[in-house]
Amino acid sequence: MSRKLYTFLSLVLVLAFALAACAKPTTQAPAATSKPAATNTPVKVTITWWHIQVADDQKALWQQLADQYTAAHPNVTVEITVLENEAFKTKLATVMQSGDPPDIFQSWGGGTMNEYVSAGLLKDITADLDKDGWRNTFSPGALGVYSYKGKNYGVPRDMGAVGFWYNKDLFAQAGITNPPTTWTEFLDDVKKLKAAGITPIALGEGDKWPGGFWWEYLAVRIGGKAAFDAAYSHTGAFTDAPFIEAGVKLQELVALEPFQEGFLGATWPDEQVVMATEKAAMDLMGQWAPGAFKDASVDKMGLGDKLGWFPFPAVEGGAGDAADALGGGNGFVIGKNAPPEAVDFLKFLSSVDSQVAQAKIGLSVPVVNGAEVGLSDPMLLLVQKGAAAAKYFQLYYDQAMPPAVGSVVNDSVQGLFAGTLTPEQAAQAIEDSAKKEVK
Amino acid sequence: MQPIPAIPDILKLKRGTGSSHRFQDNLTIALFLLPALILFLIFVIYPIFQSVYYSLFDWKGFGPAVDFVGLDNFINILTDKVFLIALRNGVFIIAFSLVFQLPLSLALAVLVGRDLPGRVFFRTIFFMPYVLSEVMAAIMWLFLYNADPERGLLNALLVLFPGGKAIPWLSDTNIVLPAVFLAITWKYFGFHMLLYLAGLQNIPIEIEEAGRVDGANSFQNFFYITLPLLGSTIRTSVYLSVLGSLQQFILVWIMTKGGPVNASETLATYMYRFGFVRFQLGYGSAVAIYMFLICLTFSLVYRRLTRQPDYLTGL
Repeated sequence: MSRKLYTFLSLVLVLAFALAACAKPTTQAPAATSKPAATNTPVKVTITWWHIQVADDQKALWQQLADQYTAAHPNVTVEITVLENEAFKTKLATVMQSGDPPDIFQSWGGGTMNEYVSAGLLKDITADLDKDGWRNTFSPGALGVYSYKGKNYGVPRDMGAVGFWYNKDLFAQAGITNPPTTWTEFLDDVKKLKAAGITPIALGEGDKWPGGFWWEYLAVRIGGKAAFDAAYSHTGAFTDAPFIEAGVKLQELVALEPFQEGFLGATWPDEQVVMATEKAAMDLMGQWAPGAFKDASVDKMGLGDKLGWFPFPAVEGGAGDAADALGGGNGFVIGKNAPPEAVDFLKFLSSVDSQVAQAKIGLSVPVVNGAEVGLSDPMLLLVQKGAAAAKYFQLYYDQAMPPAVGSVVNDSVQGLFAGTLTPEQAAQAIEDSAKKEVK
Repeated sequence: MQPIPAIPDILKLKRGTGSSHRFQDNLTIALFLLPALILFLIFVIYPIFQSVYYSLFDWKGFGPAVDFVGLDNFINILTDKVFLIALRNGVFIIAFSLVFQLPLSLALAVLVGRDLPGRVFFRTIFFMPYVLSEVMAAIMWLFLYNADPERGLLNALLVLFPGGKAIPWLSDTNIVLPAVFLAITWKYFGFHMLLYLAGLQNIPIEIEEAGRVDGANSFQNFFYITLPLLGSTIRTSVYLSVLGSLQQFILVWIMTKGGPVNASETLATYMYRFGFVRFQLGYGSAVAIYMFLICLTFSLVYRRLTRQPDYLTGL
């Protein structure tokens, strides 16, 4: 009997060991040791590249571009690591703290990037940008997101305003003919959708940042540029009236129960499925939403012609202009140990041809001059115009401010959605963190 | 051909009759221990002291720590409501583990250790979750708990019943902790069952037979013979369960990230949030020190309290 048990035990251990052995070994790229090629035979170079495009067609495009580049530069190998958004943030945090950043990786610029710069983890590419007029190919606003104290550490690949993606069919079913332009109209439409038995809004508040957009946009509309600038420079505070008012307005909306069942624990991927399967009528999201909906739908076609876009409605009596926008974009930054080839490859990635290809599949709202032609999607054009026309363009709070404050913003707004925090408490938490971290 | 050493020589070597022999023995022991000791020092002891050092700084995790804040981190933690929630959730998980998980494991161990037909099959089945990687288990439970009845199995079953309504398992602040606890139980009961199985194997069958001859029914047999003789195993199992509950991280982080609004926060997720999401590694280190102290105190007190005679070794 006991022998049987031991046999069983050892079998289990062997099995456990075997399973553990099956786990993919963490393939750390050998540190690319590249010196300027003194001889004619170029040194073999490996570029590590982390991106977050998990959708099939987008992933394929990056791979194709990498293949194109390595075909022209046989001494270069590009090692791509594809990570889902949240997984990327987690994994990046650990490699950054160990001081070993990838050569090229996804970045949203702003406060988090500045943190990396201060720690000396990124490579200064100002000189590369100045060479051969590379700098002038970008729209300056978007490029500025990846600079800190006058130096550049990366380049953008897209930029856009957050706005409402909506299902035209479901709006029609609820008898809504025109998208709302004011907050009151918006709340009315939410009620109409509810009355028609349609879930008005998809939200993945488990990931927190999707809900952050709501509160931030309300603050942009109510307080305008002045309110944020005052709070950020400590001449005002995040406890000022506009930020409290944003919380009050948000909780008015939450009281209507407009979200899908279980939204508090849902993630952004869940949110995509809710929209793609037409279980909710609208979604407040950035320019990457249509591509994500496509990937989340069974036939990979997304909502097709049913998908529409409208900007965040104006809030009556708010100081903000209706054309002001909350948004941001995606880009790539260069790690401190990157070989010069990495910068060259990045240059290739941000060429007009590459940007046109990205725009064609809805991956990027282009930021390189002349690539707009690739943007055939009328809605992405709206998003691009929305960002370009904004007199006041507010970068997402969780990117504009240091990561600690950004995280507190997202956590506190989740409290507003759950009803565990009052607008005053949420604002106070954000102000406490900003007072400490924003210098 | 070398002469085979005579047996008395080996004995001498083992016992160490002379002082030089004893020195040589100790040297051998020391040399054999050295590799393990060095690894232990580098990967366990040194990081603990490093954490203590960093916990005194306001440090973002990049570059050297320069912003000395003394005990501020430790004081701020104690006044943070979320830390207290994490502590409370830890106690909840411990209590539920002791009340539900361990008795369940013991009952199953008794079942599959004895006369159940097909017990080898069941033993393997019950142990499977423990072999599974924690990440896989967490993702599996995420699928099961999905709030949408068209995507989540549990809710799909619920809506089959007349009047059944889908429950947002991981989105309701009141349900999320028990829901996560269920996943934890499923993942680890097999391990405790195995401990009990091993313990049961050590109980000589003769004692129970003697009990039966004396007229004890199986109920009495279990409570008066099996359970007391399992004493040391139960103590080990409780010990591992409490420490495991205090450090619960992977399942919780993947399933809920400690949310919604901190409802399923554990000490470990709280520590991780500050260390790696907010980049406040000094504060995170201070949380780690608290966790370390809590676990250490528990270990010492528990060992003191459970220092009881082991019936089996006395036999």
